[in-house]
Amino acid sequence: MVDVTREFQDIERAEPEDVELYHPHSWITKYVFSQDAKVIAIQYSVTAMAIGMVALVLSWLMRLQLGFPGYFTFIDPATYYQFITMHGMIMVIYLLTALFLGGFGNYLIPLMLGARDMVFPYLNMLSYWIYLLAVLVLVASFFTPGGPTGAGWTLYPPQVILSGTPGQESGVFLMLVSLVLFIVGFTMGGLNYVVTVLQARTRGMTLMRMPLTIWGIFTATVLALLAFPALFVACIMLLLDRALGTSFFMPTLVEMGQTLSYGGGSPILFQHLFWFFGHPEVYIVALPAFGIVSDLISTHARKNIFGYRMMVWAIVAIGGLSFIVWAHHMYVSGMHPMFGFFFATTTLIIAVPTAIKVYNWVLTLWRGDIHLTVPMLFAIGFIITFLNGGLTGLFLGNVVVDVPLSDTMFVVAHFHMVMGVAPILAIFGAIYHWYPKITGRMLDEAMGQIHFWVTFLGAYAIFFPMHYLGLMGVPRRYHELGEMAFVPPSAEELNAFITVVALIVGFAQLVFLFNLVWSLFRGREAGGNPWRATTLEWQTPTTPPPHGNWGKELPVVYRWAYDYSVPGAAEDFVPQNQPAPAGAAE
Amino acid sequence: MTVIIAFLTVLGAVAVWWLSRQRLAAKPWLEASPAGSFPDREAVAWPAAKLGLCMFLAVAGSLFAVLISAYSLRMRAADWSSLPGTGLLWINTWLLVLSSLALQWAVVAVQRRDTTRAAAGLGVGGVSALLFLGGQLLVWRQLNAGGFYAESHPASAFFYLITAIHGLHLAGGMLALGRVGARVSMADGDAENVRLSVELCALYWHFLLVVWLLVCGILVLGPWAEWLYAICFGT
Repeated sequence: MVDVTREFQDIERAEPEDVELYHPHSWITKYVFSQDAKVIAIQYSVTAMAIGMVALVLSWLMRLQLGFPGYFTFIDPATYYQFITMHGMIMVIYLLTALFLGGFGNYLIPLMLGARDMVFPYLNMLSYWIYLLAVLVLVASFFTPGGPTGAGWTLYPPQVILSGTPGQESGVFLMLVSLVLFIVGFTMGGLNYVVTVLQARTRGMTLMRMPLTIWGIFTATVLALLAFPALFVACIMLLLDRALGTSFFMPTLVEMGQTLSYGGGSPILFQHLFWFFGHPEVYIVALPAFGIVSDLISTHARKNIFGYRMMVWAIVAIGGLSFIVWAHHMYVSGMHPMFGFFFATTTLIIAVPTAIKVYNWVLTLWRGDIHLTVPMLFAIGFIITFLNGGLTGLFLGNVVVDVPLSDTMFVVAHFHMVMGVAPILAIFGAIYHWYPKITGRMLDEAMGQIHFWVTFLGAYAIFFPMHYLGLMGVPRRYHELGEMAFVPPSAEELNAFITVVALIVGFAQLVFLFNLVWSLFRGREAGGNPWRATTLEWQTPTTPPPHGNWGKELPVVYRWAYDYSVPGAAEDFVPQNQPAPAGAAE
Repeated sequence: MTVIIAFLTVLGAVAVWWLSRQRLAAKPWLEASPAGSFPDREAVAWPAAKLGLCMFLAVAGSLFAVLISAYSLRMRAADWSSLPGTGLLWINTWLLVLSSLALQWAVVAVQRRDTTRAAAGLGVGGVSALLFLGGQLLVWRQLNAGGFYAESHPASAFFYLITAIHGLHLAGGMLALGRVGARVSMADGDAENVRLSVELCALYWHFLLVVWLLVCGILVLGPWAEWLYAICFGT
């Protein structure tokens, strides 16, 4: 009986149905409490970039302390740990996750799939405002007595709530509440993205005709929806431990000669919960970057993506595997060696689909008509950086290598390469690529080139030497190295060098921000499709796309997203909504 | 973490089954179609709200699976001792079963275009769910009176936490149920408009009932069911 209804509905739905859009009636509902995914996308992006700038400044302060210990007296050990914690948490959650899924997800999903908007616009609006609230709660912790928490971005108990850890009074409350809010807000948005991809695709847009950007964002959203509950539970339990004195994570402890009232909790349990979220989080950030880079490379090399099917399967496989590698973050937690062996194996297995993706990008570039535009530079920069970071990941995935390296700068270098620099390069590439669609004007090319080269070379000048420091045994998380027999003076000089480069790279981002504002008014008019791209968002009747995106008629899709340099075609790209010539062999 | 992995495996199996029907082996680069010709539409034929709710249930399900995982990890520690059972929990469980049945009855009624009976079903379901929540509060008070505070005992801390999260989900559902109930009672026999809403409410209620049965079984019968655990996981 079920099947009958299904078929009946299918017949009914074969016509591209149109949806009732909500229509804004005032300036407030159009630009502030807007339910239009494009406006929400911009709100998400601006908020994420603003809080990201805070995290950037925090990284400067840390680098100043590491490069020139003793010069900056306002950075004492407590504030240093607070900077570390807030920098890490902001960058991973409030910048990268929010920008990729809330920003690009909202902007690109409806446009690339030929939909008018997300399926639940009201929920979408709520999602942004809860995200903003989460950011504000997080920022508020800078202004509370005791300051923000300084427990490290992993917030490991028991130290996170013991006296002596900075921010133990109130900062940790605000951090946990902010994370809980973030997860609630994200879940609202995430349900939207998934259901929109599944249901609101326009006619002809089969799953295998979706651009890889959408595949990446879609899979990452599914991962996030299923992984964030673990962080949610961990945050609630930690909050209860701190506020009510429960002992979910707190073992029996003696502090300053006094036995605390805690007892019976398991700190390892927190680590399991945290990393059960934490590892998928890496791919929540990486998969959208993979997708975006695939599209940038194909468009700017004027060549179809190599191995599209394999790319899709790899995204799905990585998504699945990312749930069974979490304990490779816990090799030094004292777990059973066989357990470590299992997780080392899964970690190496996940490198296979990832490597397939890298090969396919390189083979897409191979003999392509490469245009070294700014988005293309960033995309190539992403591939190189992700490869570098991924290779050190293979080192650290092995228990015997990880144990001696895990408390050194090597780990800092690794995860900044793979999860910091690489996704940020993809984000920059994406902004340079889609800015003309969002605003109707191009970003300035010269400023873009400066921004790319300083950022790219600078990132390498920062993080390559850091691997070396780590191999020497320079520990991470230390406020000041002090006298250590195995750390030569050259390491101090290297640290000073890294700090200077970090300051320069940070200032280069001001060029980017200036470019964003300047080009809004003075940028070259872009036209509808400046990159001569095939995907639907470039085929909107007007640019920037209006409310409802498509004017009267929804676009109809006849081909996949990568028809570049098709032999015999009039131009070197064929848009997705252009039908094949009648009578052509399929 | 066995429970959450098992839960995600089930979800993954559903995802793989669904993907396997989506022509993922197609060669899209060879398959441009001429004007007016379209491949079979692949969108899920469910209404968006139903699909959205199912996705939410997957999220909520993984939330409870994580909680149960944490609980069972903690339970295996040497110093574990369980809570005493209380008869009140049985009454509460039956109340929740009644609530679910009433909503199912409302679904059947609304499918037969009988909005009066549907409204009655929703009413009975809502009241018994409220009684369930009240009963849970009584259980809390009993535990408190027996000296099992949140901070005194790992088992009671987990009990308060898990029942509170379950109760909050039910309370959130009550808001939706209230709105749907108001719409049904004003529907004046126009069942088509409210049919989907009633179905979704019932689906959510059944989900919370299943979660409650699992959670309650593990919280109360946990040590009693250890032989089952031993068979399943060999520890």
